[in-house]
Amino acid sequence: MTARTDTPSAPRPAGWRDWLTTDTPQSRAQARLGRAWAGWTAFRRNRLAVAGLLIVLALVIVAALAPVLAPHHPYAQDLNNRLMPPSAAHWLGTDAFGRDILSRLIHGARLTLMIVALVAATAPLAGLVIGTAAGYFGGWVDTVLMRITDIALAFPKLILALAFVAALGPGIENAVIAIAITSWPPYARIARAETLTVRRADFISAARLQGASSLRIILGHIMPLCIASLIVRTTLDMAGVILTAAGLGFLGLGAQPPLPEWGAMIASGRQYVLEQWWVAAMPGLAIFIVSLGFNLLGDGLRDVLDPKGD
Amino acid sequence: MPTLKRGLTLLVTVAATLLGLLLVTFLIGRVVPIDPVLSALGDRANADSYAQMRTQLGLDLPLWQQFLRYVGDVLQGDLGTSVLTSRPVLEDVLRVFPATLELATVAAIVGAVLGIPAGVFAAVNRGRWPDHAIRLLGLLGHSVPIFWLGLMALLLFYAKLDWAPGPGRVDVFYEGMVDPVTGLVTVDALLAGETDIFWNAVGHLVLPSAILGLYCVAYIARMTRGFMLDQLRQEYITTARVKGLSETRVVWGHALRNITVPLITVIALSYASLLEGSVLTEMVFAWPGLGLYITNSLLSADMNAVLGGTLVVGAVFIALNLLSDLLYRLLDPRAR
Repeated sequence: MTARTDTPSAPRPAGWRDWLTTDTPQSRAQARLGRAWAGWTAFRRNRLAVAGLLIVLALVIVAALAPVLAPHHPYAQDLNNRLMPPSAAHWLGTDAFGRDILSRLIHGARLTLMIVALVAATAPLAGLVIGTAAGYFGGWVDTVLMRITDIALAFPKLILALAFVAALGPGIENAVIAIAITSWPPYARIARAETLTVRRADFISAARLQGASSLRIILGHIMPLCIASLIVRTTLDMAGVILTAAGLGFLGLGAQPPLPEWGAMIASGRQYVLEQWWVAAMPGLAIFIVSLGFNLLGDGLRDVLDPKGD
Repeated sequence: MPTLKRGLTLLVTVAATLLGLLLVTFLIGRVVPIDPVLSALGDRANADSYAQMRTQLGLDLPLWQQFLRYVGDVLQGDLGTSVLTSRPVLEDVLRVFPATLELATVAAIVGAVLGIPAGVFAAVNRGRWPDHAIRLLGLLGHSVPIFWLGLMALLLFYAKLDWAPGPGRVDVFYEGMVDPVTGLVTVDALLAGETDIFWNAVGHLVLPSAILGLYCVAYIARMTRGFMLDQLRQEYITTARVKGLSETRVVWGHALRNITVPLITVIALSYASLLEGSVLTEMVFAWPGLGLYITNSLLSADMNAVLGGTLVVGAVFIALNLLSDLLYRLLDPRAR
């Protein structure tokens, strides 16, 4: 906020910064960008949140460039070099088939990112639709939808996910489905609460008077207002999603061998943990770092986007 | 009158929730690609006995009738027979449940003993470094895969340092030496007067319950902090300070006492999540509880056992949620 300076002698006043921080924006786009900039400056002050953002960005980059970054092929076996400790040739050691653990972790980043992206694209969306519909229509629609949500909220998530995977069969897709099915209810609650705060607002009545249909009002006016809190909640939940997916993988119900999924890698290193600790330790560390990244990022986003929560 | 009405609403809610749970387990049981007739008869059954078994299991009925039948069976305590152990699932579940109960209870105590002081400390130092440190520790605790932490703890404290015993509830040597009266090894050992076995069992509990307890420390600490901040803003706190009470008395005597009720509900809620969270911990520590039972049944496609176990965990989970709600209403006069 101190960017505004009264000294005209400043050599090069940051033009774009002034443009962003002006209190008289000339266009809608400028106002939006200005708000985004204000949010970013607030976010930037939280160093832990920035660290979280960097971790998540690193995950994306590693996943995108996996074949380039990985020193070895993730499935390349070398039975002469089984269970080798970390060394110059294999920075994080090798597993029971002599595969390079670092390379498998790098390729596993793709699986983790895929799981996170799929769950983030489905569960909050389902919750958003259910929550906004319940909040906007009220009456019996609200009662029925929220009863179902409350019931689903009272279920134990991990155990149900286990049972779903048992029914659908082990595999990474089914793990994603099971996680998504069990994680939509909180989003519906949040979306409903947000909807209730704006349902009676004048701009909604104005839109309705102009003849906008319910669908149009929900899609165009209500849903955008729910996005901020949903993003925060989704980011915070992603750490839990990563941990659940890894847990399913660890139990042998998620990604199947030889896929380099981090939870499954821990499971395969389990029998060697007392002697060749790195086989199980390294994938766990990767899970830890990535889910910490999401937690830090979500925590920082909550402060910026949703300042109501203390 | 309003109390009666509220009680009735609560009852209906619980019944609906349990029915919803039953519907989910029923549907899961229907979509499983395992033929229940073949799993009961074996795959060399002839067509006649196949048809007979199908009728006997009610599989020729419409789906809604099958569901009613399923609800009726469950209400009578019939969760089906486990293919793996060929015993009734309910019997199996009751046998393994105390182990989980023991683990989750100690873990909840660990969570409360660490979480409440941490939350109070964070609230008192709001915005200063202890507050941030506790918040960061909470985030760390929420980010670590619990099964991995368990493995690493075994590696460090059992294999390298030899401070803690290995997996299992007691040393192999003591296995089966006390009669299971309550099913809780620690209690049974005391009842039998076997102090050696008691201490051995306590030793075995330390690592898994500490790891599992970490699961809820962060949650309890965060909630405690929030409740404390609400209290510390109140006027009676100012009065107490003006009276010249020591800060310790004000915080631990006055403010903390007033948040006991919400804290109890928080602990009851985390207890429910601990029962569920014990699945992975039990797997790592070879702890013969409900979680291990469910996972082992899963891996051998024993669906009756999986769904029965899921149902029991779900029902206990719902019951604890309800209990925390009731406790809150009973203990807090403002909520009545």
